[in-house]
Amino acid sequence: MLIGLLGFQGAIEEHELILSSLGADSIRVKKASELIALDGLIFPGGESTTMLKMLEFSNLLNPLQSVLSQGLPVMATCAGLILLAKKTTSPVQKSLGQLDITVKRNGYGPQYFSFCEEVSIESFEKTFRAVFIRAPIILSTGPSVHVMARDHHGHPVFVRSGRQFGMTFHPELTQDDRIHRLFLNQIKKNSRRELCQDIQNGIT
Amino acid sequence: MNNDLIVTNRGLAQMLKGGVIMDVTNAEQALIAEKAGAVAVMALERVPADIRAAGGVARMCDPLKVKEIQAAVTIPVMAKCRIGHIMEARILEALKVDYIDESEVLTPADEENHVDKSQFKVPFVCGCRNLGEALRRIAEGASMIRTKGEAGTGNVVEAVRHMRKVQSEIRKVVSMAEEELFTEAKNLQVPYNLLLEVRQLKKLPVVNFAAGGVATPADAALMMLLGADGVFVGSGIFKSTDPAVRAKAIVESVSHWDDPSILATVSEGIGEAMKGLDIHLIAETDRLASRGQ
Repeated sequence: MLIGLLGFQGAIEEHELILSSLGADSIRVKKASELIALDGLIFPGGESTTMLKMLEFSNLLNPLQSVLSQGLPVMATCAGLILLAKKTTSPVQKSLGQLDITVKRNGYGPQYFSFCEEVSIESFEKTFRAVFIRAPIILSTGPSVHVMARDHHGHPVFVRSGRQFGMTFHPELTQDDRIHRLFLNQIKKNSRRELCQDIQNGIT
Repeated sequence: MNNDLIVTNRGLAQMLKGGVIMDVTNAEQALIAEKAGAVAVMALERVPADIRAAGGVARMCDPLKVKEIQAAVTIPVMAKCRIGHIMEARILEALKVDYIDESEVLTPADEENHVDKSQFKVPFVCGCRNLGEALRRIAEGASMIRTKGEAGTGNVVEAVRHMRKVQSEIRKVVSMAEEELFTEAKNLQVPYNLLLEVRQLKKLPVVNFAAGGVATPADAALMMLLGADGVFVGSGIFKSTDPAVRAKAIVESVSHWDDPSILATVSEGIGEAMKGLDIHLIAETDRLASRGQ
C-alpha cells in the first residue's frame, strides 16, 4: 500500500514513522506527477497558510481537488484539516473545499492555550490521548459528515465523510497508532470492494 | 514541566519543520512574511544587522509592536527576550506570544544563568553552537533549538560551522559505547540522561533550526542539507532589495532543498542580497554567538 504525504512542510516524518511501523509505504508529494498510483493521502499538521501557499506556488490545488473528488481516501490532521475543509473562518482562507465542515482557525487561541485531552472515539474501546496545538475548531458539519469524537466543550474533533477522515488534533504526535490503523484498514476494505465490483463488471 | 506541556510545546516546533521563520519589525513586514509562506514571524525592534550597526544595549521589543504584529497575522508570533531576563520572558508570556526566543542577538541580562524555561507555559527556543550548548538549553526547558550562526552578517559561514559541529557531535555520541557516555556528559557539561536520549534517537530530542547569516535561497537549502529542520532568516530578507520576492524564494528553497533545478528557478532574478560582512573582520568581542554558553 502506498500513501502520499503532502510533503512541503510540517510533521511529515512523524506520520512516515507510524506508516512504516504499520507496513505501509509512503512518499512525499510535492508535484502533480507524484499523485499517481497512491492508495491514500495524508495532509499532515503544520501551518495551513504556508501549505496553501506552497500548493499555489506548485500548481497542486487543481490536481489535488481532482484526485480527492474521484474518491482517493484522505486523512487530514490539524492544518491539513483546514486545507480539506469546505469553509474556513477567522479569517477566511482558500481551501480544497472537499470535506463539508466549517472550521475556525486557531479556535482555542495562541500556543498558551494548547492542551492534551482524553477523547472517546466511536468504535475505539479505550480513550485516545489527543494533542491539540493551536488547533482549529469545527464550527459546523454538513449532512454527509459523521462525528467520531468531541472535545470537552462538545466541539467535533474527529469527523468522517466516506473516505475522508479529519482530526483537529495530532495522532502523529502520540505512540498510539489506532487512528492510522483505522485509516489503512478502510483503504484495504475499499480496494477489496472495488476489486469485487470490477470482477462483477467484467473489467478484471 | 508536565508531560502534556512538553508534548504540545515541542509539538508546535514539529509543526514548523520544513519552514522559514522571518524577523519582522512591524505589521507591514509581518504581512509580507505571511504572504510569502513563512511558518512564523519573530517580532523585533530592529533586525540584527541594525542592532549591530546601532550598538548600545539591545532589549525586548515594545509590547505594542508585539500586539500590532499578532493582530496582523494568523501564523505563530515569536519574540525575543535577553538571555537570563526572566521578567522580559514573563512579559512576553503575558502577551501570549507563541514562542519566546531567549536570544544572544539581544544584550544578555545575566552572564551566568539562562532563564529556567521549565517554569513557563509558553515554549522557548534557544541558540547553540554545539551539542553541549544545545543540551544545556534543553535541560533548562527549551522546546526548540536553533544553531546560532552569526546574526546580522548575511554570511552563512558561522551557521554552517555550528550546524556541522552539532551534527558531528551527535554522530560521535551515537557511535560511542554506552559506558563512555558518563565521561562524555562530563566533558560536554550536560546531563547524562539527555546524552543517552540523543544516542537512542540519533538526533536532538527537539526540533533544530538553523539561524544567523542566511541571505539567499541557496544558503537556506544548504542548511537543510546539513540537517536543519527549518531556517530562521533575520536581516537577510528585509535588508535585501526586494524582500517579498526573496522571502518567497527562500520559503520555496527550504521545501525543495533537495531539488537543485527548482532552486535554480527560485533563485533567478530576485534582486540583490544584503551586503554582508566578512566574519574575520568582526572583532571577537563583537560576535553575538559567544554570548550565553
